[in-house]
Amino acid sequence: MQYQNIFTTVQAVGPVHHGIELGHGNSPRTGEPLIQYWLGRIGNAQLGPIYLGGLGIASIMCFVIAFVTIGMNMLASVNWDPIQFVRQLFWLALEPPAPGYGLSLPPMNQGGWWLFTGFFLTASLFLWWARMYRRARELGLGTHIPWAFAAAIWLYLVLGLFRPILMGSWGEAVPFGIFPHLDWTAAFSLRYGNLFYNPFHALSIAFLYGATLLFAMHGATILAVGRYGGEREIEQIIDRGTASERAALFWRWTMGFNATMESIHRWAWWFAVLCPLVGGIGILLTGTVVDNWYLWAVKHGVAPPYPTVFPEVIDPATLTGAKP
Amino acid sequence: MKISNLLLPAFLGALFLLTGCERPPTDTVQHGFRGTGMVQVYNPRLLAIKTEENEVPASLPAVPTDGPKAGQVYKNVKVLGNLSVNEFTRLMLSMTTWVAPNEGCAYCHNLANLAEDTKYTKVVARRMIEMTRHINADWKTHVAETGVTCYTCHRGNPVPNYVWFKEPEQDKGADFIGDRAGQNLAATSVGLSSLPSDPFTPFLLGELDIRVNGSTALPSGNRHSIKQAEWTYGLMTHMSSSLGVNCTYCHNTQSFSSWKGSPPQRATAWHGIRMARDLNTAYLEPLAPVFPQHRLGELGDAAKANCATCHQGAYKPLNGQSMLKDHPQLAGPGVQTQVASANKK
Repeated sequence: MQYQNIFTTVQAVGPVHHGIELGHGNSPRTGEPLIQYWLGRIGNAQLGPIYLGGLGIASIMCFVIAFVTIGMNMLASVNWDPIQFVRQLFWLALEPPAPGYGLSLPPMNQGGWWLFTGFFLTASLFLWWARMYRRARELGLGTHIPWAFAAAIWLYLVLGLFRPILMGSWGEAVPFGIFPHLDWTAAFSLRYGNLFYNPFHALSIAFLYGATLLFAMHGATILAVGRYGGEREIEQIIDRGTASERAALFWRWTMGFNATMESIHRWAWWFAVLCPLVGGIGILLTGTVVDNWYLWAVKHGVAPPYPTVFPEVIDPATLTGAKP
Repeated sequence: MKISNLLLPAFLGALFLLTGCERPPTDTVQHGFRGTGMVQVYNPRLLAIKTEENEVPASLPAVPTDGPKAGQVYKNVKVLGNLSVNEFTRLMLSMTTWVAPNEGCAYCHNLANLAEDTKYTKVVARRMIEMTRHINADWKTHVAETGVTCYTCHRGNPVPNYVWFKEPEQDKGADFIGDRAGQNLAATSVGLSSLPSDPFTPFLLGELDIRVNGSTALPSGNRHSIKQAEWTYGLMTHMSSSLGVNCTYCHNTQSFSSWKGSPPQRATAWHGIRMARDLNTAYLEPLAPVFPQHRLGELGDAAKANCATCHQGAYKPLNGQSMLKDHPQLAGPGVQTQVASANKK
């Protein structure tokens, strides 16, 4: 039962660790570290210090500008009523400009604030990406993490920048708001003839669910062989112990094929990265290259024809004598 | 820090959030080819309540259609003059129970002189009888032989429970910040979604494009935007909640725009949209000058009809029971006899 509970049961607590000396050109880390028992239940018990640096501070500032602009627009949209702001928070949004403005600069209250916010949010993401890259390099790591983050930024840019530019209208972009961006997503699919027939959307979903499945399989496997030291995954890439052998045999005997201590992480990384990567391709093609995904799927034999259940329905608009 | 002390409140809070959900059970009823998601979702508990709400009241006993005509016996009978006096009286009594059961005859009539048109309610009622006949005679594409009566909308209320007015412009102050673009509030008109909250003015009064889909796989000049799709989505959400049905009641799950494979209800709904538009432009909106101020919307417009006005949550108003068969006097003719506002005071 030792490895079958939700929380981490073993907490190894030593003296707080300030981190290694930083090289030339780095700013000092911020904050005095502390030990938090409940954090130790879900991760490392030590909280802080954090490395902020110029890029981090600039990124946070840009994000705060974007976040506050969205919030102020939401608050203004309910006439500065704090109660309505809280009640309707999930419904409120900052909308992109009306399609009539094309790619021109609209007045502030006609989408100007949306462009303003988009600029600072994008700047914030780019700065944070650069910070991640730098931190990885400073610690002597590979750059797998920033490149995975870049995949998510790609999808964000497709939705809010690349596709609107190709379509010639900022109005094609996503509003900033909880429910409104979900309604936008549904309307996007409705407008372009059912996104489920978009093969890149299908691939993206496969990678999304695939990534969660792989994550669950891997997590479960490592916990299951934890009693044999299976959590020492990196060492076991080259020096397989009994944990690694048992984990491999479990999957080989269950499904024929088994990943290795190294390859399982490549599987997971690529599944996660490909989800936004192919999703972004699917979004980019929508409206620009394909206008109606259902008709596209019919044309290419993707959409299956189903047996007729209902009597033939004719579009009334095509009937003569029908009221307009 | 004792985070464990927070666990119970957090649990209770999560439980409280669940109270916003509809209580199970739900039944699904297949409504199309198997495995295609063509189902209707019902909650039997709510369906029972709805069935009760949509009971049809008993009709008054039928009366002879011969004898002197109302137009000969009474003064100022402009629409129902061809009815026998018996039929006329029966219809007047029925209308009282349908529309003004508490207020009685005096809601529309000056009891000292029933023929007078001094009360605005009488002018409106006359126009509404014309409208009812128009619907039953000319909109069989939507109401079929079931037809409508005053009760279909009024249900014992002088003003039907579900009417709509034009939405006033958002107060944007100095117009510098906070434009909602006609959406992004929890609006009952669109099923508490954040979709555009007045899809009625453009689609059920105006004739803006509801169809946003292209008819070709590749782009060929369809310039409808996602924002326009949101307005259409708003109207469709209103239809769905007004009829108590899913999208798949009218649409097929493969393609919402494709008529091939769509349930036949979609054609009925198509005519319904045109009917609502016709009634709003020809009958309801022109009544604005007749109504007193307190009956008008914020923009001074008259109460108008949408899908909910008749349907009131049922897939067919009154669950498809016909009251018209007991009241053939309302079946037609659909001819126009007068313009409503001409008769004021």
